[in-house]
Amino acid sequence: MECVFGLVGDGFALVVADTSAVHSILVHKSNEDKIMILDSHKLLGASGESGDRVQFTEYIQKNVHLYKFRNGISLSTAAAANFTRGELATALRKAQRQVFVANPYSVNLLLAGYDKDIGPSLYYIDYIATLHKIDKGAFGYGSYFSLSMMDRHYHSGMSVEEAINLVDKIIMEIRSRLVVAPPNFVIKIVDKDGAREYAWRESIKDVDASPAAMA
Amino acid sequence: MTIFVGGFVFQFDGFQKKAAETMKHAHGTTTLAFIFKEGVIVAADSRASMGGYISSQSVKKIIEINPYMLGTMAGGAADCQFWHRNLGIKCRLHELANKRRISVTGASKLLANILYSYRGMGLSIGTMIAGWDETGPGLYYVDSEGGRLKGKRFSVGSGSPYAYGVLDDGYRFDMSVEEAAELARRAIYHATFRDGASGGVASVYYVGPDGWKKLSGDDVGELHYKYYPAVVEQEMAEVTIA
Repeated sequence: MECVFGLVGDGFALVVADTSAVHSILVHKSNEDKIMILDSHKLLGASGESGDRVQFTEYIQKNVHLYKFRNGISLSTAAAANFTRGELATALRKAQRQVFVANPYSVNLLLAGYDKDIGPSLYYIDYIATLHKIDKGAFGYGSYFSLSMMDRHYHSGMSVEEAINLVDKIIMEIRSRLVVAPPNFVIKIVDKDGAREYAWRESIKDVDASPAAMA
Repeated sequence: MTIFVGGFVFQFDGFQKKAAETMKHAHGTTTLAFIFKEGVIVAADSRASMGGYISSQSVKKIIEINPYMLGTMAGGAADCQFWHRNLGIKCRLHELANKRRISVTGASKLLANILYSYRGMGLSIGTMIAGWDETGPGLYYVDSEGGRLKGKRFSVGSGSPYAYGVLDDGYRFDMSVEEAAELARRAIYHATFRDGASGGVASVYYVGPDGWKKLSGDDVGELHYKYYPAVVEQEMAEVTIA
């Protein structure tokens, strides 16, 4: 089941997420990308109910873009994190007044970004609108393994190679110890050159020989 | 169950609560769809059940949205029919306004956004939107929890695990239309065999560049003789009573 984690390294931040779309006992999809590229230098890893996850992250992305169109400059990572937290908090309070809806957005987020003056940063935002600036963090069942492993092996100023080694160690631990372990993961990185997909870690390929690769 | 409407508190009585619950669990269905070389195949059973009672053996679970797009029905029949009809209207209006057919991506998002806006209010829909647009074949899974997934192969309903078992095993991208239809029919048949809430006829549709076409509709009882391996029954022997 859901695993999202991330860390800050030397001049970069990375986010890892599982790619399973699960409904009760069925895996409907094993290549669902849960890390959104918010803008040129921001990553938003999300876990939570599928409807909320997509609707909320798209809403944040569109508003971050709108800000840039209106003002000509991008939001800093800290500003984007505070904006996201604010939206989550207002929606949370609204829920108490709204008809029928119990909890408006059940999403947990890891926001990674790179700012010219500040460098890389990572923010933890959970569904009850907690905001923390962190250098390593995790959500979901995978967090039980990834948090302790990052506590043990993380150190500030990790190189990309060291960080990826740690990520692979964590993925292997999740795959071997978690009953409901997802088979596939995606790793995305953000540094001075921008936010981008770094690699996939797949133990199950979708069974088809289709020539046109479909995301 | 307590529901708040404009500051007033509505208490459901036992019957209403039970009625709402049975509606929610009307998931007796097998539907599937997949993309392959030639286009999309969509297939479904035709049984409707209310708890243990089979209320119909001839339900159209594949809904023709327009000549290029199909929707499948799992969950609440009324919810599915109503919102697919609603989607059909929206797609036609898009066509009239923009002088081109709506994409499968667009249509599925239209439906997903509507369902998301009603989430938590009791709708029960598990559907696949399949069709052919300017970009080629398209397939999306959309449900009443607000989820929307793009994919190559989906199955929805109580019989879906059985259907997946046959489908995943037999699937190849480069199948012919005939092979693909045969696989879909088989998957539906095997699902109806194991899932008590699925049955009736297995309908198979194909969507290609020229729109959809219904390929077959076979009684799964007849398909049984074709698909299920024949078993030589053991002869009964006389028992001598001592």
